Amino acid sequence: MTLLQQRPPAGAGDHPEHAEHHDEPTFIVKWLTSTDHKVIGINYMVTAIVMFYLSGVMALAMRVQLSSPSGVGMSLQTYNELFTMHGSLMLYLFAGPFAFGGLANYIVPMQVGAPDMAFPRLNAFSYWLYLTGSITMLLGFLTSTGAAAFGWVAYAPLSTSTYSPGPGADLWIISLFLTGFSAVFTGVNLVATIFYLRAPGMTMWRMPIFTWNMLVTALLILIAFPVLTAAMVFLWTDRHLGTHIYTVAGGGVPVLYQNLFWFFGHPEVYILALPYFGIATEIIPVFSRKPVFGYKGLVFATLAIAALSTGVWAHHMFTTGTVLLPFFSLLSLLIAVPTGVKFFNWIGTMWRGQISFKTPMLFCVGFLLAFLMGGLTGVMLASPPIDFATHDTYFVVAHFHQVLFGTAVFAGFAGFYFWYPKMFGRMLHDGLGKAHFWTMFVGFWLTYLPQYVLGLHGMPRRIATYPSGLGWTALNMASTVGSFIIGASFLIMLVNLWVSWRRPVPAGDNPWDGHALEWFASSPPVHHNFEKLPPIRSERPTWDFNHPDARTIPHGRHAEHELVGAGASAARGDDTTGA
Amino acid sequence: MPDPRHDAGRGRRHADDAGRRSRRRRRLAAAGAAALPLVLAGCKLPTFYGYRGRTSQAHDEFLLFAGTVIAAIVVGAITGALILWSVFRYRRRSDAIPRQFQYHIPLEIFYTAVPIVIVLVLFGFTVYTENKVDNIAPNPAVTVKVTAFQWGWRFDYTNQHVFVTGVREDNPDPVGLGGKTCVASAPTPNDCLGPALVLPTRETVRIVLVSNDVVHGFYVPQFNFNRYALPGHTNRFDFNISHSGIYRGQCNQLCGLYHSQMFFHVVALPPAQFDAWVTGTQPQPDNASLGSTGASTTGASTTGASTTGASTTGTSTTGTSTTGTSTTGASTTGTSTTGTSTTGTSTTGTSTTGTAPPTATTSS
Amino acid sequence: MKVESRLLVGVALFFLVTGVGYWFWSYEQSGTVMLIGAVLLGMVPGGYYLWWSQRMKPRPEDRPDGTLEEGAGVIGAFPGSSIWPFVMAMGLFSCALAAVFGLWLLAPGFAAVFFAAIGYTVESRRGGTV
Repeated sequence: MTLLQQRPPAGAGDHPEHAEHHDEPTFIVKWLTSTDHKVIGINYMVTAIVMFYLSGVMALAMRVQLSSPSGVGMSLQTYNELFTMHGSLMLYLFAGPFAFGGLANYIVPMQVGAPDMAFPRLNAFSYWLYLTGSITMLLGFLTSTGAAAFGWVAYAPLSTSTYSPGPGADLWIISLFLTGFSAVFTGVNLVATIFYLRAPGMTMWRMPIFTWNMLVTALLILIAFPVLTAAMVFLWTDRHLGTHIYTVAGGGVPVLYQNLFWFFGHPEVYILALPYFGIATEIIPVFSRKPVFGYKGLVFATLAIAALSTGVWAHHMFTTGTVLLPFFSLLSLLIAVPTGVKFFNWIGTMWRGQISFKTPMLFCVGFLLAFLMGGLTGVMLASPPIDFATHDTYFVVAHFHQVLFGTAVFAGFAGFYFWYPKMFGRMLHDGLGKAHFWTMFVGFWLTYLPQYVLGLHGMPRRIATYPSGLGWTALNMASTVGSFIIGASFLIMLVNLWVSWRRPVPAGDNPWDGHALEWFASSPPVHHNFEKLPPIRSERPTWDFNHPDARTIPHGRHAEHELVGAGASAARGDDTTGA
Repeated sequence: MPDPRHDAGRGRRHADDAGRRSRRRRRLAAAGAAALPLVLAGCKLPTFYGYRGRTSQAHDEFLLFAGTVIAAIVVGAITGALILWSVFRYRRRSDAIPRQFQYHIPLEIFYTAVPIVIVLVLFGFTVYTENKVDNIAPNPAVTVKVTAFQWGWRFDYTNQHVFVTGVREDNPDPVGLGGKTCVASAPTPNDCLGPALVLPTRETVRIVLVSNDVVHGFYVPQFNFNRYALPGHTNRFDFNISHSGIYRGQCNQLCGLYHSQMFFHVVALPPAQFDAWVTGTQPQPDNASLGSTGASTTGASTTGASTTGASTTGTSTTGTSTTGTSTTGASTTGTSTTGTSTTGTSTTGTSTTGTAPPTATTSS
Repeated sequence: MKVESRLLVGVALFFLVTGVGYWFWSYEQSGTVMLIGAVLLGMVPGGYYLWWSQRMKPRPEDRPDGTLEEGAGVIGAFPGSSIWPFVMAMGLFSCALAAVFGLWLLAPGFAAVFFAAIGYTVESRRGGTV
């Protein structure tokens, strides 16, 4: 069963002996028993995308309900269940697992030149915990009292047994145990893989930014998720063992829940965002045919974002009146700095490049624009007085949807379109991909821009009905229409998958002229990934191998001609149109 | 305290250091310098869909909001323009491989330093505004204890021994201005949902906010303000209402099943009319001598109308009964029709005649 | 190892500074405790790596001039496939559901976890170094 994995030889490759190639298990057995990081990664992604679609359908149902003031007859309980599950599925079961369970699992070992994750069986165990956790959460809908209905944050004491009796809430809580442990195990696995299984020459400062971001994400997971688990344990004991940790009656402190939750919850936002920044940073250079601009600056910006993100949890609690406003406000505002650095690095990467707008790149540009808007409104919300006016309104809803949709969906599906050829050896149709993008892009802005206005006009979050005559109806209707356009775009994606399945177009090993090591492997890669490796002398060994005469200009030779140096650049003749 | 000219000047000097590429930046810094006094000048600013605010605190918040929006638009426009410029200008036109440059240290320092400056300026304004918004005056003219519960509100005027309570969507409200008058004077009928929080204008109003059960949110959009009502923790804040009028309010923190319907509204009256309203709902002297609970009971009978108002709209009123009259309330709500006929008519009459006519004008 | 250890020690130092600053600015307990927890999270593995990084030569993957030939040889043992992760997860799933649907679910749960633990161990022994 076990393979003592040998390093693949340098240069041209012979097949190393693979012990288990002769007894490939059949489909269902393979699915149940595989410890191959690629199979597990794909399992993760498929499950996460199923969760994404389910959650999206819930969102559409809610948007239908909100299209008119008195709704369309959905009960309040159903509405509360739907937004709770929509948030929980998207945040706990889609955005995180899709990136650090799915893409990281698949891509990180390949990018560092490893044959597998450091602990393959722990990896499989993580996936099964994630899957059972997802099932547990959805089981709530089958109970007689319905699923959890206290919002994805489950503020105590609303989530205690007095106000939320019933098994739906308990299922929600234990679902977070299971997925929380899954995330921690994956985090440990990723750190160990990155620290111990890098190929020779792949120093830390040569790891692709995607891998760097995953490493930082894994550290954030290790910091944040145990706190969530602790908060959930307390909540469970409050519900069942008669403790009073969050209830005033027994001398508990309800705000403690919020402190614990957001100490997890804010890093969680970056656990959801950083992997997607990594995806964008992987794609933009490839389609611009340039190295990523300011590599080290980007790594430090990522570290700075992660560090700051753990010191800002209470900016979700400005309106509790119990937190130290200036401390959290300053740290929250400072996050804008490394985020801005990332933006300029992305722009600098595109600058004077040769950008081809294949589907993944198009999604990345969509991500940049969406995240720009979401980021700027985030800076506004970091200011407590503005938060006093907009907290828990649709302004916040629009803000975090622009951030999370911008990252997890735009950048996430950029990554999906980007790596799909590597995973399955076949292309997705570029025209359909572009149709998917443009439909989604239009729907995205139509959905969320009206919500900013609604929030500023005082529409609170999480309400199933709203008074008529306040000027909210038309804006809500626009938002609903937008959400259905987004929904339509994901039907286009399904068509695209079907087309690629029925009429495969072979991708080849390196369809995009990629940079990192995964593009050196075959598509799909063989069992332990590499039959040969190129020499690793920069963060993009595959590019160096394919373009030996177009290596990155060494650090320090930037002075003679740079962004301003139009003349120098034109004189070199590498800018075909002049400046 | 942030002086806009000083901050803008710092920005300008910084831009000068950045060399010959800074001309565009310098123009932006100048634009920022022009924008900031504009922010402080105030009222001629576009609203950016926000509310200018009907309290002095809300107005301070609005100025910060508008200034931040302007800054965000400037920053967003520059960044967005750079993104779109790269996207359109550097489309692939040939198979040539572009120069493989990766670092430009001065530029990287520049685009790290500039956001730090912007953020620190914003932080300065934030702290300045925050201190004004959160300031607690030593001697408020009126103190109202606001108790949130599932799913309604109770407003205790602690010194006047009066309270108002109501659950969910009492529509139109039976206390405060009286249903018809509120609807007539409010911008829309739906601004009158829920119980009325009657407050004087031009005086400092202290709100003492607590919750009886779960976390609620006290939110008045036109006051640009919301604050959690937490169980076991008391929040205090002040309003200085500048314009009389009717302002809708709502719970904005998810609090359970009927969260969507947990309305209230603020009726801001000039001080003289506010005093008249308080007198009109004042308990009988013999009851007042019973102390706060006795007075509250009187208040409960006064405003029991709101309870029954709720029950006439077909909503459950158990929440009110617990907070309203401590033990007998439950039975009252059980027989909602009698409640309406006995207490409702008399008391709403009182409050309506006391206050309604002069406030027929909404804010301007 | 150097970069890795510095990264983790850096995590610890950052949270130390933040935690001390936060405590003396706010005197709020829960946040301070969590920040101290984060210090330990960085310090424990970071200290371990730091200790080792001063006692071992840079590995081929730590050196910019490391070549693939230097890294030739056995990397480690990677089980090709195993049913035990699935069994163990199902056991835990059953145990978790016991918290909602009744304690009897603990019985199959513990049984599955027990067998899976044995299965893991036996598999590892058979497979050699892990």
